[in-house]
Amino acid sequence: MSKDHDHSQGHDHDHGHDHTEPPSDIALRVKALESLLVEKGLVDPAALEVLIDTYEHKVGPRNGARVVAKAWSDPAFKKWLFEDATAAIASLDYTGRQGEHMEVVENTGQTHNLVVCTLCSCYPWPVLGLPPVWYKAAPYRSRAVSDPRGVLEEFGTSLPGDTEIRVWDSTSEMRYLVLPARPEGTDGWSEEQLAALVTRNSMIGVELAKSPEDGKAS
Amino acid sequence: MNGAHDLGGMHGFGPIDPEAEDNEPIFHAEWERRAFAITLAAGSHGRWNIDMSRHARERQDPADYLRHSYYENWIAGLETLLVESGLVSEAELASGKPEGVAPKDVRAQAIKAERVAATLAKGAPTTMNIEVEAKFNTGDRVRVRNINPTGHTRAPRYARGNLGTIQEDHGVHIFADKNAHGTKEGQRLYSVRFEASDLWGEGARNKCAVYIDLWDDHLEPAA
Repeated sequence: MSKDHDHSQGHDHDHGHDHTEPPSDIALRVKALESLLVEKGLVDPAALEVLIDTYEHKVGPRNGARVVAKAWSDPAFKKWLFEDATAAIASLDYTGRQGEHMEVVENTGQTHNLVVCTLCSCYPWPVLGLPPVWYKAAPYRSRAVSDPRGVLEEFGTSLPGDTEIRVWDSTSEMRYLVLPARPEGTDGWSEEQLAALVTRNSMIGVELAKSPEDGKAS
Repeated sequence: MNGAHDLGGMHGFGPIDPEAEDNEPIFHAEWERRAFAITLAAGSHGRWNIDMSRHARERQDPADYLRHSYYENWIAGLETLLVESGLVSEAELASGKPEGVAPKDVRAQAIKAERVAATLAKGAPTTMNIEVEAKFNTGDRVRVRNINPTGHTRAPRYARGNLGTIQEDHGVHIFADKNAHGTKEGQRLYSVRFEASDLWGEGARNKCAVYIDLWDDHLEPAA
């Protein structure tokens, strides 16, 4: 069984199939629906390819990492992020769908932020791309609000007991990006070097940014 | 609606079991790519808005919603929206055979490849440039109304009846609960802070708070 199938299916699906077996019911159903929409002239096949290519290859968490690295390096940009995140992020050309109204929340020694969407899968696409499977799935969505410390521990993130944890449930079109704390030992680093320490998970808030040692190892 | 999508605070779903960030693919099967793309492309006809899309997914039988994978829920929602909007008939959906091409003016609405980048970059802001008086001010104590509508709502069950504090006024946004049913109404949207101990009682771990975005109609003075 491939790991891919494991994570693309519901948690209690039968996983007993592999690539040598016929396409799944859902694969056939989607294929039939796509054909119907194309034949009726309701979708343009070339547009489908552009949509897929955009989110598979162009828009992703390296965008967010650039925002974070710039905020770590440029106090004026950081100030702008807190005053008007949508405009500050747009200055780097990250705009639009699922990022129309951005808010940046900062991790400090006293506060740690964590983002979830308990009702669906709201996520800041222009800066992080499409959400990972776990972000959209029931275990995270159910427990992030009721047991955030337990959730963080599942990601290997252990915080001091006196750090306040703020969970942001994305129930409107406001989209939240976590600004992780800048790792120690990065004085004088360039924005490019800093961006390499910024993981997707650190911008959702389930992990911290990489340390310089971890950054070298990866 | 009190559906299976409203997951905050539920138990029993097991570990999060995340894939490693460095080698998680964006899509896990070819059909997921197609499901994603046809959903976005079909939306270009403007027959439904984002809240209608969410409501179409959450209107499924709760057992189906929970059993389905993410993009299976997207497809279930898309089929519902296509039929309800009249873009596709029940018979066409069942047979997979078109009864004819769509009218020319409808086909003209389908997004073209060369328009995709600009359309995505523009997005669909939900702020409304109208005057709506704020019912609440930053720092006000509020209670989430005990509402249980059978239609769409963005007030999660776990927050209802609980006390919180207005943290920020985000201005006037389209009210999602009505937008899902075709009425575009502007209301003030607030970030409201809830202490974990108020939401979850004695079992809550120390020093945790939840921030939820809620509109005027979701809130009443704590009084």
